[in-house]
Amino acid sequence: MSSADKNLTPKNIINWISERFPINEYIHQHLTHYYLPKNLNFWYFFGSLSLFTFFLQILSGIWLTLFYTPTPEGAFTSIEMMMRDIPYGWLFRYLHSTGASAFFLIIYAHIFRSLLYGSYKKPRELVWLLGVCLYIILLLEAFLGYLLPWGQTSYWASQIGTSLLDSIPKIGPMLMVWIRGNNIVSGETLHRFFAFHVIAIPLILVFLIRLHLTALHKVGCNNPEGISVLAKQNLHNKTLYKVPFHPYYSVKEFHALLIFLLIFSIIVFFVPEMHGYFLEANNFIPANPLFTPSHIEPIWYLAPLYGVLCVIPNKSLGILIMLGVICMPFVLPWLDRSPVRSMRYRGYYSRCALAIFILSFGLFNYMSTTILTPNKIFLLQILLLNYFLFFLFMPFYTKYEKNKPLPKSICGK
Amino acid sequence: MEEDRRHLLAIIITIMAGFGIAKSSIPFLVSLQPTTETLAQATDSMEVDLTHLAPGESMVVTWQNKPIWIIRRTQAMLDNLSNIHSLLRDPDSSTEQQPFYARNEYRSLNPEYLILIGLCTHLGCSPKFKPIPGELNSKWPGGLYCPCHGSKFDLAGRVMKGVPAPINLKIPPYRFINMHTVVIGENPNLV
Repeated sequence: MSSADKNLTPKNIINWISERFPINEYIHQHLTHYYLPKNLNFWYFFGSLSLFTFFLQILSGIWLTLFYTPTPEGAFTSIEMMMRDIPYGWLFRYLHSTGASAFFLIIYAHIFRSLLYGSYKKPRELVWLLGVCLYIILLLEAFLGYLLPWGQTSYWASQIGTSLLDSIPKIGPMLMVWIRGNNIVSGETLHRFFAFHVIAIPLILVFLIRLHLTALHKVGCNNPEGISVLAKQNLHNKTLYKVPFHPYYSVKEFHALLIFLLIFSIIVFFVPEMHGYFLEANNFIPANPLFTPSHIEPIWYLAPLYGVLCVIPNKSLGILIMLGVICMPFVLPWLDRSPVRSMRYRGYYSRCALAIFILSFGLFNYMSTTILTPNKIFLLQILLLNYFLFFLFMPFYTKYEKNKPLPKSICGK
Repeated sequence: MEEDRRHLLAIIITIMAGFGIAKSSIPFLVSLQPTTETLAQATDSMEVDLTHLAPGESMVVTWQNKPIWIIRRTQAMLDNLSNIHSLLRDPDSSTEQQPFYARNEYRSLNPEYLILIGLCTHLGCSPKFKPIPGELNSKWPGGLYCPCHGSKFDLAGRVMKGVPAPINLKIPPYRFINMHTVVIGENPNLV
């Protein structure tokens, strides 16, 4: 060994590490030589944005646990104290609560992108399935975290959510008491929801995100044209149609991140409660196990599930339909019989079906947060029917529609 | 021969390891169940003084951590109960949601007092006391209304048709010591 190698220069340190750890191979494989189609548009930013939001939630979440007490006596007051007495305590709380809403908005945009360009179709079915799992686990994470402020909406949302187990035949009532650790939602429930929210579920999320990305990097990224980039080209021309993630897309996604942070900051600093959509008025009242608020306003990202339970006048059927709403996307890759991926080249049936689906889903979400009247319930039932019809008719309208001819390459012409 | 032996051993090891993991999970799962202190509350009883409860009014007490509703019904309320059978899913209380001595038109020992567990049989919210006919809509006979998913009950805690709640509200065991004192959690000495 020459004396030049023994100097502690940064280059030598990196060399020393890379001889013992595959850091260069990793960067090579997943960043500098992970090739993406040239024609990705802004819909493709939401994947990395959701990853950023996830880390933001972890960071603000860790700081919240520093000042939060998971007991019925301490939970509500510890958050109020955090908001008033801890320097920047309000910021951690608002980052976390706004971050949760932002997370769901980004995830919905991310899922919409998949529907728009057929990213769930062969060979990306597993990416889609892992994504749906992530979404369900995220709903669970949001539901568990929702109890922690120990406000009125928190309390009764958890009382409803855990009561769902009660309708399972035979073991239901036992299971419900086992999950709650008491006959009703109480201190035991709060403590375990806290533990699952801050450690168990986030670890599962990290694991699933890793699987989601691994599966994606194996099959490669789809693109707005929905065609295989290399289908008609030989491998030597790869760089004509594909560019490496770093630096080409990392620069663009950094730009998207700045735009996101601008909008996000405005909400965090000026309208963190979003007029009751991100933090509800009822949740600024401490939990009272004897008194349900007269008007329940569920948080918007849990509202559609609440809405389903409201509009089905039958307990077991309501719960089954709610599970159906959550699980329906799992079979999507096998319901879609179209030979074309992207909506750009699909026929009118598919495009109209997607438009009706998105409008129904959006309107259902919005109306579930309002006070329900008999007329609204009827409309919600129709919207719910639309949701299922989109999936159930898919094998037919995707098979018999007239598609446009596909281009020969992603660069058009 | 050697291949078969290894294959068999691998299967046995997999089964034994699975068995071991399943058994090891028991402490983790069992620890989540309610403590004996919490379970002991199921046998607790409590005395409630009803002296200050005026006719037509209601009060809420906690028993087994659950809200217990006590409603003192007026004669008009009681008379109305037999007229609304067509609105109800289970007017005769055939589902086991009450002690046998409360299985009657009024679902109570003493018709004047209705005592029930104030948790909706749909998903466990606490309903609202809406005793005035027409308070909720023009056909409302007076009763209990759950704000969470819109379930409706009459003034005997019987569930109405067309709502998510499947069965009547639950009646806890109770007995009267005298006209104005009730013990919740104990059965009466009926002869």
